Amino acid sequence: MSLTFEAKRNLWRSMLRIRRVQERIESEYLKDEMKTPVHLYIGQEAIATGVCAALRADDAINSNHRSHGHYLAKGGDLKAMMAELFCRSTGCSKGYGGSMHLVDVAHGNMGTSAIVGGGIPIGTGQGLAFQMQKLDRVSVVFFGDGAADEGTFYESLNFALLKKLPVVYVMENNGWAVCSPTNTRHCGDNVFHKGATDRLFSAKIDGNDPELVLETAQKAVERARRGEGPSFIECVTYRILGHAGCVSQDPKGYRDLAEIEAWRMRCPVCAYQAKLLAECALDAQALAEAETEISAEIDAAFAFARQSPLPTAADLHHNLFCE
Amino acid sequence: MPWSRIKPDTNEPEFLSQDMHGSATRGLAASEPDFQRGGPTGRRISYGEATNEALSQALSLDPRVFVMGQGVDDPSGMFGATKNLHLTYGRERVFDTPLAETALSGIAVGAALGGMRPVYFHNRPDFLLLAMDQLVNHAAKWHYMFGGAASVPLVFWACVGRGWGSAAQHSQALQGLFMHVPGLKLVMPSTCYDAKGLMLAAIADNNPVLIIDHRMNFKQRGIVPEEPYTVPLGKGVIRRNGRDVTVVAVSHLVTEAFLAAQELAGEGIEAEIIDPRTLRPLDEELILSSVARTGRLVVCDTGWKTGGVTAEIAALVAEKGFGSLRAPIARVANPDLPTPAGYTLEQAYYIGKDDIRRAIVNTVRGQEA
Repeated sequence: MSLTFEAKRNLWRSMLRIRRVQERIESEYLKDEMKTPVHLYIGQEAIATGVCAALRADDAINSNHRSHGHYLAKGGDLKAMMAELFCRSTGCSKGYGGSMHLVDVAHGNMGTSAIVGGGIPIGTGQGLAFQMQKLDRVSVVFFGDGAADEGTFYESLNFALLKKLPVVYVMENNGWAVCSPTNTRHCGDNVFHKGATDRLFSAKIDGNDPELVLETAQKAVERARRGEGPSFIECVTYRILGHAGCVSQDPKGYRDLAEIEAWRMRCPVCAYQAKLLAECALDAQALAEAETEISAEIDAAFAFARQSPLPTAADLHHNLFCE
Repeated sequence: MPWSRIKPDTNEPEFLSQDMHGSATRGLAASEPDFQRGGPTGRRISYGEATNEALSQALSLDPRVFVMGQGVDDPSGMFGATKNLHLTYGRERVFDTPLAETALSGIAVGAALGGMRPVYFHNRPDFLLLAMDQLVNHAAKWHYMFGGAASVPLVFWACVGRGWGSAAQHSQALQGLFMHVPGLKLVMPSTCYDAKGLMLAAIADNNPVLIIDHRMNFKQRGIVPEEPYTVPLGKGVIRRNGRDVTVVAVSHLVTEAFLAAQELAGEGIEAEIIDPRTLRPLDEELILSSVARTGRLVVCDTGWKTGGVTAEIAALVAEKGFGSLRAPIARVANPDLPTPAGYTLEQAYYIGKDDIRRAIVNTVRGQEA
């Protein structure tokens, strides 16, 4: 696809920012200041970045326990996210949600479920709401290969096809559900690649190529906006770190080190950066400037989180019901 | 199914009239409904018609409201509750669903987050177990979990079956399970008036509300004003005044308890009948103040005994009203067994007027009586 250099740099910068935020969380996690389970997005940055680049601010996303990348790519505020990881009152969920329950209503992120497969019907329902209100908004659901084990995926896709809902299902196939590989859980390629081609736009793509992700997502989003129904995009990628926590907390022995190393060599951020440097879309100076800016933004977000007040016992009973 | 053979269509008993309508009840229309017209001479309609009228008025008043559920547009219309609504409001707003309760419940949650007010008819509570993930893990937690940033205004409705061999998977009264969950409002109407007013209140509420109705209620006819009105969630009502014992009963057991109380009045026992109408929030004040007057409590529920509604209300009174009690608390609930199909076994299984009567007598006169 023909993207401007600026568009390419924006993709790269979004990926780099997500990566650096994840790395900082990882490196500081053992300080035990972030008292919430973290599921890092390292290795999958091209997917959230590419898909969200195809969306408008008022389009909706629905995410999962591994949600930092989606939240940031859709426009979420880093300070509010870090404050949430530090369980502060200034967090996006005021310290009630933690890392797995980020929310950003202003950018169409109506809240994140950590029940695997739980967000799939919710995102579908948001698509139903948009259709009923005759809005041209699109709902995107991000979920992993683990969530594709769940019945909610098939039930939701059936309903979205039945009603021609403006929903884009983005499956991030990172190869692992906690310590269970895909081949012990799936009987083969997803049935939706072959089963409903007349009704469903379906694609299985390299999830580490942000331009391909963007191009495919644009097709799906435009189709949804035109009222032509849902799409299913399987993005093949890899979870470079463990299921949760930092590197040293990942149990050893459940996967081959050579497999991890092979995927590290295919790091989406490094590969795309090298591509843009080779294309002269990016130069060393712009690269250094971006690194400096991102680093300063992360420093400021961590400082903001650390300095923010913690919720107290007086806050415990707030917000059970909406008045 | 020939439900008429199980319980004929009957008029509701003449409950305490001022409380039948509830002092806290308020009209949705500019003027309050004329409760005099709602008195013994008012318009009498069936329970299904009352529920249907609530849905129709909600659909008419608020474009965000829609009704979904497997069979809502079939000719019988969910025992009449949703009958013909699709003809008036169209199949975009009143639609049949796939038999996929888990996802469809999540779709209702998502539609609520997207600005709609879904009303999801589930037929039987047994099928709500397939919806537990979305109801308990998602809908009930959404407002709290995100620090109040988002809310989920939706109504789930299910109707407990009973009789005609409905058996273990088509007759469960699961309110005890749902009463356990913070963040859910739980409604159990018992009169035609409340079926309409509580439905309209549930739809207007900004939170997930579960209405558990009962097939026996649908055999009733009662006085229902035509205007739209709400019955506030969290407010119970005294259906009969009495000095000797407080009887808290839910759903169709309100009528059973009322009939038992009428019989006992001739024997010198005056039972006060309380209908909580909503189990969550529960009108604790109403129950505790009644027990403070009578000193005795009988709790009746259509569900199982262990860990259920009767256990919770008994615990509430033991905890906060122990000083008023002059006799042990009695509970009348279904035995801790799956529902049997055979009619002789059903007869032994289900509780009703005579069981409540026996519990009242024992509580007032002691076990020897």
